[in-house]
Amino acid sequence: MQKVFPFFLEAAWITVLLSVLTTILGLILGAVGASARLSRFALIRFLGAAYVSVFRGTPALIQLFILYFGGPQIGIQLDAFQAGVIGLGINAGAYMTETMRGAIIAIDKGQIEAARTVGLSRFQTMRYVVLPQAMRLMIRPLGVNINAMIKATALVAAISVVELTYTAQRFIGSTYKPFEMFLIAGILYMIIIYITGQAVSWLDRKARIS
Amino acid sequence: MGLDFTVIPQYLDIILWGALWTILITLGAAAVSFIGGMILAVIALYAPKLVRLPFRAFAFLFMGTPLLLQLFLIYFGLVQVGIDVPAVMAGIIGLGLHFAVYNSELFQTGILAVDKGQIEAARTLGLGRMQALRKVVVPQAIRDVIPPVGNNMIALLKDSALVSVIGVSELTLSAQRAIGSTYRPFEFYVLVAVIYYIINLFMEAAQRRVERRVQASR
Repeated sequence: MQKVFPFFLEAAWITVLLSVLTTILGLILGAVGASARLSRFALIRFLGAAYVSVFRGTPALIQLFILYFGGPQIGIQLDAFQAGVIGLGINAGAYMTETMRGAIIAIDKGQIEAARTVGLSRFQTMRYVVLPQAMRLMIRPLGVNINAMIKATALVAAISVVELTYTAQRFIGSTYKPFEMFLIAGILYMIIIYITGQAVSWLDRKARIS
Repeated sequence: MGLDFTVIPQYLDIILWGALWTILITLGAAAVSFIGGMILAVIALYAPKLVRLPFRAFAFLFMGTPLLLQLFLIYFGLVQVGIDVPAVMAGIIGLGLHFAVYNSELFQTGILAVDKGQIEAARTLGLGRMQALRKVVVPQAIRDVIPPVGNNMIALLKDSALVSVIGVSELTLSAQRAIGSTYRPFEFYVLVAVIYYIINLFMEAAQRRVERRVQASR
């Protein structure tokens, strides 16, 4: 048990790194996607909707395989870690698009009309009236997205990134102790998820006070 | 190496068999998750504390860890304790249990949302505790949670791709087989993505129909 533990810690670090990078990419794509879905132009709205529909409508594992194994055929050469971050980030972005859009359209229409009436431009209305309120609304649901995404980082084990699940699988194979290895990896996942959850709650509380 | 989709027709029967297995596994796991979720919900709400606690721990562990990790545990764990189940069964059990935990949370809120007065009324009319639960509470709870449970079932379809990793010959593994002999990953994975997408659209349409019917029955 003591022998495998350092390997698990190192793997947990990779899982954390994957989660952080994927969250950043997901948030960026979510913001772009939500803007597209709320655009004035029908074509851009359609592109936003198509992005969400395709990436939420197919398995993340297949998306990852297309990028990592199929990528070289169309000139995209990525190592497994890069493919993992980009693939999972694009997938998470589709879910976050819907979360952000939901928070934005939850803001009362009357406020937007009022802001426009007092002379704010469309952009100013978004920047000073809608977004500050919508941000507050989206923290918790984005936390749910991030929680799901941390667990989804396990998928990159299938393209041989040495993270927690891959490490657990390897040691299950070599020690024949499936339950013990599951518990070690499981507890590490739950620690990561717990800390993330606490951070989200803290942000949410802070946003509510202001 | 450019793209060449003309290799697909030759392998289409393998892929379609895989798609059929994906549908069967999804249905099987959905049944497990539905029945298991209901049992877990009733235990969580009504069982004595000593029974409740281990189930709580189980739910906690299954909600906080990735499905793929759970599949490895179930597949290799069952073999280790001497139960040699085929990979398909391990896949169905693993997927089913994973989603049973999520469904159980929904069923619990559904059960709690049924008016207490109805339980009292049922008991007054002479129904036993179990009868009141089974004939009055649960049917209404199921109706209320159809939309979120439907979303879980759509998630289950997509997560069924993971059972390819423990060697179940469903859609994803069929594609891998075809790729093994053609070296055309892009073409086959895109094909498989399209098939998943189509099954997904059918499930969404079915969900909408059920929801409409349930709305009408209110």
